[in-house]
Amino acid sequence: MSVETKDRSMLLQKEMIAEHYRRLEQAPETGEPVVYTFVPGNLTELIRSFGALPVLPEINALQSAMRGKSQAYIAAAERSGHSEDVCSYVKCDLGMLRSGNVGPTGTRLPKPDLLLLSYTGCFTFMKWFELLREEYGCPTVFLHVPYQADGRETPEQRAYVTRQIREDLLPALEKVTGRRYDEDRLRESLATSASSEDDLVAVLESARRTPSPIDAYFGAVYYVGPIFSAFRGTEEGARYYAALRSEVEERASRGLGPLTPSGPLDSQKYRLVVEGPPNWTHFRDFWRMFSDEGAVVVASTYTKVGGTYDTGFRHDPGDPLGTLADYCSGCYTNLSLPARVEMLARYVREYSADGFLIHSVKSCNSFSAGQLTILREVERRTGAPGAFIESDLVDARYFSPANLKTRLESYFQMIDARRAGARA
Amino acid sequence: MKVFVGIDLGSTTTKAVVLDEDGVVLGRGITNSRSNYDLAAEVARTEAFVSARFDLLRREVEATAGREALDRLLSAFRLEQRRAQLGLLRERVETEARLSESADEGRALLDALGVLFDRIEAEEEERFESGDAGERSDFFRDAVGSAYARIAEELVCPPGADRTVNAGVKARGGAGRTPNGVTFDRLMGLYDKSIVAVENQRIELGFRDHIGPALFRIGDPREVREGVSRALALEIVVAGQVGTGYGRARLPFPKEQIRSEILCHGLGAHVMFPATRTVLDIGGQDTKAIQVDEQGIVTSFQMNDRCAAGCGRYLGYIADEMNVGLHELGPIALAGKRPVRITSTCTVFAGAELRERIALGERREDILAGLHRAVILRAMSLLARSGGIEEEFSFTGGVARNPAAVAALERLVYENYGTRRINISPESIYTGALGAAHFARRAA
Repeated sequence: MSVETKDRSMLLQKEMIAEHYRRLEQAPETGEPVVYTFVPGNLTELIRSFGALPVLPEINALQSAMRGKSQAYIAAAERSGHSEDVCSYVKCDLGMLRSGNVGPTGTRLPKPDLLLLSYTGCFTFMKWFELLREEYGCPTVFLHVPYQADGRETPEQRAYVTRQIREDLLPALEKVTGRRYDEDRLRESLATSASSEDDLVAVLESARRTPSPIDAYFGAVYYVGPIFSAFRGTEEGARYYAALRSEVEERASRGLGPLTPSGPLDSQKYRLVVEGPPNWTHFRDFWRMFSDEGAVVVASTYTKVGGTYDTGFRHDPGDPLGTLADYCSGCYTNLSLPARVEMLARYVREYSADGFLIHSVKSCNSFSAGQLTILREVERRTGAPGAFIESDLVDARYFSPANLKTRLESYFQMIDARRAGARA
Repeated sequence: MKVFVGIDLGSTTTKAVVLDEDGVVLGRGITNSRSNYDLAAEVARTEAFVSARFDLLRREVEATAGREALDRLLSAFRLEQRRAQLGLLRERVETEARLSESADEGRALLDALGVLFDRIEAEEEERFESGDAGERSDFFRDAVGSAYARIAEELVCPPGADRTVNAGVKARGGAGRTPNGVTFDRLMGLYDKSIVAVENQRIELGFRDHIGPALFRIGDPREVREGVSRALALEIVVAGQVGTGYGRARLPFPKEQIRSEILCHGLGAHVMFPATRTVLDIGGQDTKAIQVDEQGIVTSFQMNDRCAAGCGRYLGYIADEMNVGLHELGPIALAGKRPVRITSTCTVFAGAELRERIALGERREDILAGLHRAVILRAMSLLARSGGIEEEFSFTGGVARNPAAVAALERLVYENYGTRRINISPESIYTGALGAAHFARRAA
């Protein structure tokens, strides 16, 4: 793809990511401390307020997969004894570690000074960090974040998580970074986060328009990249979101659709809501199966794994530790099944979708458990047709193009047939 | 007259259906897909048109010449087609034989092959003369292959001679030789080398090519001849065609003329059984559970993931492992009294699973009964995921021809959903092509 056919925001993001990996490579020399943490519930503002740099192993895994490197890493992890059934993010990361720990952009990744788990909805995350702790022998903080069984956080849960941040995490961060906790700095960063979050929500909600100026799944995984990873609460993050928002607003005002692997998707035949993470090994091929058919995604749940901002949550500089607790608790996969059903049904209605699709990945139980119930229930509530497709995150062996294409084409033709039926 | 064509390029077989303007089936054709979808589509389509011509013929003269005469003509026609294919195979195998290292071996092989092909041809003629339409595979490869192997075996080891009984066609000839020193393996090697080439060679199998000799063969009766010429004179115009199946992208059709096999199976089942609301299709590489509305339009579906466990191909492997024909598998399994409990239907492990069970001393028919149940159990899970079986239910695809699979399905449907009407058409293998043809007709 040539430069002219890429969005400006995309190029900006590429530079930011490259720069971050460069900084990480130099960390052993510059002495910047490094904290490994995961996307859901990540406490980036807090980490960075201590002058530390975050590393997100699952982002490394998906970035490696997009660059065609995951299969070799998975093979390396399997050689060292991990079964085919282990989450492919984990194996990709461990395989990368065994293969010299060179990150997706080709720079070496630094060792962690701290492993910080701030979300326990995924049990695999905990096991993953146990393995890394074994490897690096570094200090570890595991916060316990209660599951939102009723779909919302109770005051007791909030107090419980806040106390863990204050009593366990702050001392650990002070110890590994050698700096005092600086609440003013944190507040400033949280205010920056909130403004980026406003911009992101505006971008995601632009998909309510017809045609939608964005693809809220394939396109939006790029849009959420900076805010879900190392850049929330940073100046470059804020610049990115301001630029992205104006770019999308411009497209919207001209009535244009998003750029896709099939070119600009201005004429949109199907509007879909998607549940579940994408496949990363064949990301563009997968996207093309939609864009070639004129299908645009108008809302997705995957773009909420690092924060459900569209339901109103903003990082609050007025209550720095409490707001971080809210954030940890509120990530998408920590929500109850009824809350997820409600969210999807709302998307179908509010984004005028023709249907919704579940992409189930074999690696991730946090997502997959209950997806068939979700399918039936959303179908029942909205009357919109649902469909179910399967592959994996970063293990290409689970991506069958023929099978996926058959299912997707059937689904689109099913929507056509229904429309024809409704007209008759 | 205007006709509509549906072509289903499946992973194992390619099917074609021709409809008249009223949606009545005029003709059907089927062939194995090989590795050449283009040719398979052409062969299936040609066959469908041949059978459409016969149907027109039937409409023309059934009253005057009688059904029997037409059936006779059809089987004479099939014989002519088969003779053409056999001639081609013979030529090919003999060419291979001439490439032998020594001239002596070449001569010995040609002698044996001469006897062998003369006998196959004689058997085909006999079959026709006796009017025997008995059970046998639809496909040239299977039907001729088994005759070839049987006769080759007799040549190297005449009946009555002492032979070590061993499972497996290829092992059957043992170390025997013809008086000229030709071995069974050498003969089978020539066949294996040639059959693919013969299958992939374009050959005229059309109505016009063979109807004359066929008519002559049944004595050229006047009423039939007149019917033939009227049917030949009828101009068939293809008013629309739709393609489906795994090879659909190979069809030189515009995009609007390609439909997913899920939609085609849904509509095909609806056409066959209009009250159908749930369809189970077990094909070569995938299993689909489909819910349709009262128009035959799909409302929801589930399909196996990229693994072909429990699909038709799995039964194919099992048949190979047991050295029986695919069509023999079901009847053997039906004889099972106590189905062995099998949970894995992994195609890759099929052989290992089977040998393990045999080693444990289980009976062959009980193992097969268990395997069929396992295949259907997998399908039951997809059915449940797609929304279950609320009303009338149809079973389609190649596996619906297997009586043991059907028996297992009937039992499991009853256990899970109670009494449900289960429709199985003897033409169920054509369901996808039928649905495709009806999509073509609906679009016109």
